[in-house]
This record gives sequence, C-alpha cells and structure tokens, in this order.
Amino acid sequence: MTQTDMTKLDKIFNNNPQSPGSLITVLQDIQREFRYLPREALEKTAEILNVPLSKVYSASTFYAVFSLKPRGEKIVRVCKGTACHIKGADIILEQLESGLGIKAGETTKDLKYTIELVNCVGACALAPVMLVNEKYYGNVRCDRVMKLVEKD
Amino acid sequence: MRIDSIDKLAAWRDECRKRLDSQKKKVLVCLGPGCLAGGSDKILEEFHEILSKKKITDVTLEAVKKTGCHGFCAQGPLVIIEPEGIFYTKVKKAHVKEIIETTLEKGELVEKLLYKERNGDGTDHAIVDYHDIPFYKYQKRISLRNVGQIDPDRITDYIAAGGYSALAKTLSSMTPQEVIDQITKSGLRGRGGGGFPTGRKWATCAKIESDIRYVLCNGDEGDPGAFMDRCIMEGDPHSILEGMIICAYAVGSREGYIYVREEYPLAVINLQNAIDSAREHGFLGENIMGTDLCYDIKIARGGGAFVCGESSALMKSVAGEVGEPRAKYVRSVVKGLHDKPTVLNNVETFATIPVIINEGADWFASIGTEKSTGTKAFSLAGKVKNTGLVEVPMGVTLRKIIFDIGGGALKDRKFKAVQTGGPSGGCLPEDKLDLPVDFDTLTKAGSMMGSGGMIVMDDRTCMVAVARYFLGVLVKESCGKCVPCREGLYQLHKLCTKITKGKATEDDLNLMENLSRVISVASLCGLGQSGPNPFVSTLRYFRDEYMAHIRDKKCPAGVCRELITFNINDQCTGCLACIAACPVEAITGEKKKLHVINQDLCTKCGSCYEVCNFDAVDIK
Repeated sequence: MTQTDMTKLDKIFNNNPQSPGSLITVLQDIQREFRYLPREALEKTAEILNVPLSKVYSASTFYAVFSLKPRGEKIVRVCKGTACHIKGADIILEQLESGLGIKAGETTKDLKYTIELVNCVGACALAPVMLVNEKYYGNVRCDRVMKLVEKD
Repeated sequence: MRIDSIDKLAAWRDECRKRLDSQKKKVLVCLGPGCLAGGSDKILEEFHEILSKKKITDVTLEAVKKTGCHGFCAQGPLVIIEPEGIFYTKVKKAHVKEIIETTLEKGELVEKLLYKERNGDGTDHAIVDYHDIPFYKYQKRISLRNVGQIDPDRITDYIAAGGYSALAKTLSSMTPQEVIDQITKSGLRGRGGGGFPTGRKWATCAKIESDIRYVLCNGDEGDPGAFMDRCIMEGDPHSILEGMIICAYAVGSREGYIYVREEYPLAVINLQNAIDSAREHGFLGENIMGTDLCYDIKIARGGGAFVCGESSALMKSVAGEVGEPRAKYVRSVVKGLHDKPTVLNNVETFATIPVIINEGADWFASIGTEKSTGTKAFSLAGKVKNTGLVEVPMGVTLRKIIFDIGGGALKDRKFKAVQTGGPSGGCLPEDKLDLPVDFDTLTKAGSMMGSGGMIVMDDRTCMVAVARYFLGVLVKESCGKCVPCREGLYQLHKLCTKITKGKATEDDLNLMENLSRVISVASLCGLGQSGPNPFVSTLRYFRDEYMAHIRDKKCPAGVCRELITFNINDQCTGCLACIAACPVEAITGEKKKLHVINQDLCTKCGSCYEVCNFDAVDIK
C-alpha cells in the first residue's frame, strides 16, 4: 500500500471507536474507500481493533458486500430477487456474462467491470432490474443489456 | 426550535401547519425507488429550474417537493398535485413545462398524463383524483400514512402531519405500564414475519432486572420481493423513531440501533438525517421533550447477509461479529444484544405504534380480524399489472389484493400462483385466493405472511424452477453453522436441479420429501426450519407439474431449458419483431415471410415469445 493509502486507512480508524465492536463498520469504510479489502488493510485492522486476524478474515468472507479481490470501476449488479427471477433475470445475467467475458463475481482483466449478484435491491416493481454502480435500470430487456452497461 | 416542554410541541405544530396551509397548491414528486429509476429526480429539478425563473400565483418553490414512494410504481414516475389529488402518471422531464403551463397556471388538466382505467368493453376512461383509482380505493394506510405525502427530510412536514404527538401523549399522560397495556390490548403482532404479539414482547423485556435494556429496529428487509420497509425508512423515517422512543419509554431503555441492510443506501441517509434533526429538536438524546426520558439511536449497517434478519444473528452483527444465529433456549428479549434484555421489532411495527397510541387500542383492534388486528403493508410485484406498495386491513382476501387492487395478471394471462413470505414462505394456487390474509390462515395453507412480499405468478412461471430458485437463495445464505441446513438444503437444491433438467426419478422426489422433514425439525434457526417450505408448498399444490418434469420430461410452463424447444408456426406474419429481439441472432427471415429459429444457436431465452403479437411462437 502506498503512503496515501495508509493515510486514508488511518483516517478510517480515527473515525471509529478502536474496539472489536467496530469491526464491521471499519471493514465497510475500507471497502467503500478502496472498493475491496486489501490484505494489508485487514492486517492493520486486526492490530488496531485488537481482533485476531482469523476473525477479521471470517467477517470479510461472511458478508456478501465485502470482496478480497480488487473490483472494477463499473460494478454491474444483477438483481436476483423473486420478481426479477420470474421476469428473466437469468437471461440478463447470461447476456452480461457473454458480453463481458466474465462470470458473476468476477472482474475483467482491465479492472473496468465487475459483475455481482444481489438477492434483492427492493425495486421489485421494475423487475427485471440491473444496476450500473448506483444507477438503477428497470424493465431491462435482454437485447439491451450491453448497451446499458457501455453507456457513459 | 428545541422542544424542551410538552406544551411547546402544540405551538410548533400550529406554526408548521399554518405554513403548509398557506401553500395553496402543492406539487409532490415521488422519489421512491421505482420512480427514481425512471428519472424523477430530474423531474423535480426541472420543476425547480422553471419555477425559479417564472412566478406563478399560488405556487411557491417550497410547495414543489419530493416525497417517498407513493405506491403505484407501475405508473411511475408520478407527480401529484394537491389539494385536488391530480395524479399524473409516467411523467417525463419534457412534460414538466406543460404541467406548469396547463395545470398550475390555467388550472386545466394534461389529459395524456392522467391514469386510464380499462372498462369492461376494452375502452379506457381517465381518472383524475388518485383516491378514486381502484389501486388506492381499497387500501387503508396506517403504517404508510405519511409515505408519499411528506418530504422525509423536513421534520416540519412530519410535525404538521401530527408527528411526535403520540410521544407527547405518552410522556405527559401514560405510565410505562399503561403503554405496554395499550399495545397488548391493540393485538398488534410483529410485522417482520413471525407475528409475535408486540405487547407481550415489551412486557417480558420490561420485567427483567437489568441495568441496561436495548430497543432495536430490524430494517434488514432481506426477503427478495419485499420493499415495504425500505419505503417507510426512506419516505417516513420519523415515524419509526417515534415508535422506538415510545418503546424505550415503556421498557426503560436508553440506547438503541436501527439495523439497515447494505442494499438500501438512501434509507441510511434519510434515517441519519431524521435522527440528527430529531436530536436537534429535543426528541432524542438527553431529557427528551424536557422530561426525564433519555434515549438515543444509532444506525448499524448490514453487510448483505440474509440470515442477519434473524434476531440473534442481527444482534451479533450489530455487535461487530459474524452474524451466526445461536440456539434460542433463552430468547433474545431476555438475553439479546451484549447479553442484555432487548426488544427487536420490525420497521413497520414501530411505524404503527404512534397511531395506536393516538387513536387507542380499541380503534386498532376493530380493524382486521380477531387474531390479526390492524392493517398490513404488502409489496405487490411479479406478473401483475399494478405493481406497487399496498396496505390493506388484515382479513381481506388474496383475490381482492391481486385482482381488485393489483388488476390481475400481466397481459391478462392466466393466474397460476401467488408467493408470500419470501424464501421461507410458500406458493398458493388459484383455489386459495379467497382465503383471508392473516397470520394464521396463511400458515395453515402452507405459506406464511412473512414480511409482506407478494409475488404473482402466471402460467409462464414454472413452479419447480421457482422452488429451485428459493432453495438456491437459501443455500447461498445459510450461515453454515448447523449441518441440517448447510448440507440438507444443498442436497435439496441439487435434487431440484435434477428435476428441472429432466433427469430425476420418483425416488428422488420421495427422498426430497424425507429430507425436507429432517431439515425442518433439526435446524438451529428459522432459516433452516422453514427452508424446505418453497419445495414443500409447491409440491403440495403443483404435484402435476413436478410429475410432468419427472415422467414426461416436459416443462408445462415452458421455462426449464433442457426440456423445451421454441418453434415458429404459420401464424407468423413476418413482422421481424422477434429477429430484432433475439440476443443471439438465431432467427432468420424476411419481411412478410415466415421466420425460422436455428435450434443450434437458440439459447431458449424466450425473448421471441415475449415480443410476438401473433401467438406465432410455440414452446414445446
């Protein structure tokens, strides 16, 4: 990690109570800052919050929001909620996977795109739903998927 | 203004109301999740942009405001003009100028944006006031009373709507025991799914000797297909806070958390704003409204784990640990967060509390059925015309919700089943549509109320594939602590997949039934215990469909890809629509000539079937 990264990290530790109870919040802040959880950051977290590294690892792999691998600039989330499922979320995912050449959970080599699955984003009335970063796309048609992803 | 005495609130409310009443016309722009995806934030900006340059009598800039979800997501983005209740649907940024010039300036209607209701003979008629639209007409809103009506960021809107008056009433005229008695008498049961009597939970917590007690709110709405709690957290956050503060007074708590799932970033922002502004005005923190009550609330963000909706797992997650449930020989109300007595209620439950305090337990108990009192919010989605947010008295029939409010199945296809209760719930077929919706009836029929997701399925939904889908969710979300859930659900999912591929035998089905019984009995928490429900309930009502997959190697709904082929019949007019829709270019043909599907390229996605207007695509 670079010096600037370390400064960012210190800032996160200073913003939270430095006790084991802050583990999840600290990890969320690191994930938000770096888009994933770098190994050095986890080691530092264990040291500062006084939690065994094994426990930090356990929490990092338990919650779906955390990733131990670097993720892409554009995170494309396909909603796999019930409403989306019965309205063809599988087919949207297929189009996306073949279009980007990666599987769900993976990131393209150039670190541009990551595909993620979400259980439900709570926009069921618009099913099937896909998100590109924070932007929602509703009633997605499978022949339009790649156009939406490549927009902007 | 800091409210440091109970009398001050009434004066402030008068002031807030006066200010609102001085706005002769109000323009409400829905910024709920559905409308927002349709670009309603841009619509609001456009209103402000134009109105900041152009003065119109009776319309101030302040009176054009955002609200939370108004409910009728299928018609969004929505713009509502009060006091007339003019309901503009599918509004685009380009329509804003016209709305301003026609409706706000001249007082005339923009016909094309009005809601159209289909008549029996296939023609339409427009409805102006949304109160007259069937979707709204049959609803009764208690927990959603302010959602879609107020700006969630303005505490003055909430105050004007009667906000914090229940808290004032509680603090000035009720003992903690009286509060608990009122809630018990109202018959309110937990809206998160279990249906446990709220009053009894509070009474248990209050009775235990302890220096610290916690009041937590469960906003981890993890059921796929449910978004009621999201809309309350985003659209009316103060009602949740007020309910929690009243509970804190009743059970003697000084500290609490709202656990919000990771997928709801806007809910976190709006709740945090509400908490800050409640604290600033003296409704949270030390000496609430000048009394001895001290209580404060923090937000805990979830990490995208379904199991964290379970009480003991949620409490572990709040404490900063991995969210694994524990065996509940001792309930969490006795030994909860940090092993202290803890009340954990769902968002909708807390949002209902202020109304019960204000209107009285008897009033609340008179709504709904004897054992399920009050109203329940549902999110209506799936293959239904009027998707959206609905709140109805308990005891109305599923048919009323799906057909009268929901308008029936999409594209007038044949209704097949309704799924309630999320992954732990079940599917009910058409002959169960006249069952009243309450906690006990749905459970008896093999489904459950759950948190309120209601997904409609039509004849193009394969019930085996649906069961497989839910089992897949649960396999992924099982925390892995106990064997029956971790391994059992995995095997159940594997066998179900085998059926959808046409490779299963009747022995496999028997094995699945046995396995289901073991998982239900032997799992540690609710996730595993109810885990086999999606399979058990679909088998109970749709055994024929399972048998068609197993014996005939057919998928009657035309969904399971290994068992179907798509072909174009001679109804084809050669319109080219399916050629444009096919994502893999498997269809060839010319204008006005019969099209053909190349079976080697076809991925069986069904896009051609969906776009064809001439029933020319056969699925066999």
